[in-house]
Amino acid sequence: MTFTQALLEALESLSGNKLRSGLTLLGIVIGVAAVIAMLAVGQGAQDSITGSINGIGTNLLFVFRGGQDQQDGPGGPPGRSSSANTRPLTLGDAEAIADPLSAPSVAAVAASIQTNAEISFGGEKSNTQVTGATQDYFTVRNLVLAEGEPISDAHVLGRASVAVIGPDTAEKLFGHSDGVVGETIRIAGQPFRIIGVLEAKGGGAFGSEDDQAIIPLSTAQARLMKRGAVNEVDVIFAQAISAEAVPQASEEIAQILRQRHRTPVGQDDFSVLSQQDFLSTASTITNVLKIFLGGIAAISLLVGGIGIMNIMLVSVTERTREIGLRKALGARKRDILIQFLTESSLLSLLGGVIGIIFGWLIAFSVGQIASANDVAFIPAVSLSAIGMAVTSSTLIGLFFGIYPANRAASLEPVEALRYD
Amino acid sequence: MTDWVIEAKELRKVYQMGEMEVEALRGVSFKIKRGEVVSIMGPSGSGKSTLMNTLGCLDRPSSGEYILDGESVGQMNDDQLAIVRNRKVGFVFQSFNLLPRITALANVELPLRYSGITEGRRARAAEALVAVGLENRINHKPTELSGGQQQRVAIARAIVNQPAMIMADEPTGNLDSKVGKEIMTLLLNLNKDKGTTLIIVTHDPMIAEQTGRVIRLRDGELDKTK
Repeated sequence: MTFTQALLEALESLSGNKLRSGLTLLGIVIGVAAVIAMLAVGQGAQDSITGSINGIGTNLLFVFRGGQDQQDGPGGPPGRSSSANTRPLTLGDAEAIADPLSAPSVAAVAASIQTNAEISFGGEKSNTQVTGATQDYFTVRNLVLAEGEPISDAHVLGRASVAVIGPDTAEKLFGHSDGVVGETIRIAGQPFRIIGVLEAKGGGAFGSEDDQAIIPLSTAQARLMKRGAVNEVDVIFAQAISAEAVPQASEEIAQILRQRHRTPVGQDDFSVLSQQDFLSTASTITNVLKIFLGGIAAISLLVGGIGIMNIMLVSVTERTREIGLRKALGARKRDILIQFLTESSLLSLLGGVIGIIFGWLIAFSVGQIASANDVAFIPAVSLSAIGMAVTSSTLIGLFFGIYPANRAASLEPVEALRYD
Repeated sequence: MTDWVIEAKELRKVYQMGEMEVEALRGVSFKIKRGEVVSIMGPSGSGKSTLMNTLGCLDRPSSGEYILDGESVGQMNDDQLAIVRNRKVGFVFQSFNLLPRITALANVELPLRYSGITEGRRARAAEALVAVGLENRINHKPTELSGGQQQRVAIARAIVNQPAMIMADEPTGNLDSKVGKEIMTLLLNLNKDKGTTLIIVTHDPMIAEQTGRVIRLRDGELDKTK
């Protein structure tokens, strides 16, 4: 029996019972489609998250209060995770980091404090993140204004009641994002005059950057966010002079803060995180997500495999006489084994191919739905996922085919011929 | 090559039925010459089927020696037996046992497929179908054929590999007497023309009469009373 012969015979016998073969195929199709679609969605999520982290700039460093071991990761609220005995970050820390002599690799520094507050205009209300920041904040965070001007040092010095708001915030309060400069809104009940509106950026890793309000740091400290110590800040953003200088800058910042906070070696009460740190944390999370999604899909593939085994067992029982006859005509164990294994592998291979097409379609429609809802999310069907799905479905066909095929091959010809 | 196609010496077959041992064959010895036509008769339970299975290499005797076409097959393993069946035995069954989904030609081709023959299979199968008078039914499926025609396909399948013997198990059992006669004539003519040894298992005395020799079985032993 040559390979093509075995293939032809398998096709013949599978097409002999189209409905049954089709239903068995469906089990594998669903399994493979699920694997492909789930992995694509997982990959899409990963791409979208890494993309938005990349968007924050490769040069950027985040300095938080609290040591690494006390941090609950960059996903947690910055600056709130510290335990009681750590020293807070202060404006003085930010100024020290900004000193080009002690930190030559740092190009710009911006201290900030953050809270959530209710912003209102007329009857419209919105709960939004409010950041107290300095002029440098706009440089360091790459914030571009669509209209108006940023917070300046003069505003900070004068504790001015001015605010720069995001386009989404403007949309919520005014129904449009242009021509709102000069209006007065209330943040936590206090009046602020809008001096600028940010350009739209799209979704980011930490929620939308388009929905926020930025006010002068001093104003925030004095009127909105009372902190334990005067001059206390939540996050210090530092920009390294280049992407290559990020580790160097990180080390310089750590040196300065250790000196200023007088912490013993190895017990830092602050953390310096780079974009790379966020990326690795995010990829850990998204990998878990991918494994989880893939795992669920793999279960359905397994169920499909059991379907194959089930139908092959039925088929072996049904065709006992045929097997007996084939053996009487000179079929060896191996011939029968190959015949049934070819059938089950063919089922799973066909199911795999159709499943890939379906999975790709599902992933594609998810992408379409996402883009229709303005979510930057493109499921990515990777070649490795396709390879994996085909290999595993064929292996499943072989694995779940082995038992029925072996059963068929081991039938005694006498018994099999007598069977009816 | 010896003149004997079949040499059976003291064939015994014991089946284990739960606690009991059942002796289906109790020391059967006989020889069949090349080109001979022999019928095997006996009431049910006489060991007729067991003997047929043993002679057809579908089963092994528990003890004794069986030499088929010069080869001792008693101690062969499953795969070796399969090869012997493929090369030396052509089976004709009462219920034809054709594969319903494939054409007459493909059915006749089957033994050649298992011989590992790749070239000229179709031609040989077609030739065999011509030999049984079915040249016009080559591409019909078994369901499109009458009982007699189906049995002819089965006979073509039995002779396609030029076996040492044809083993026919009640070949006319499922056919009416007229068609049955035609099939018997065909089998006997094949024997005459090609000299293929023919063994017919039957309980029909009319058929046994047409064979040169009758081997009768009773209770697992040769019945020599007649």
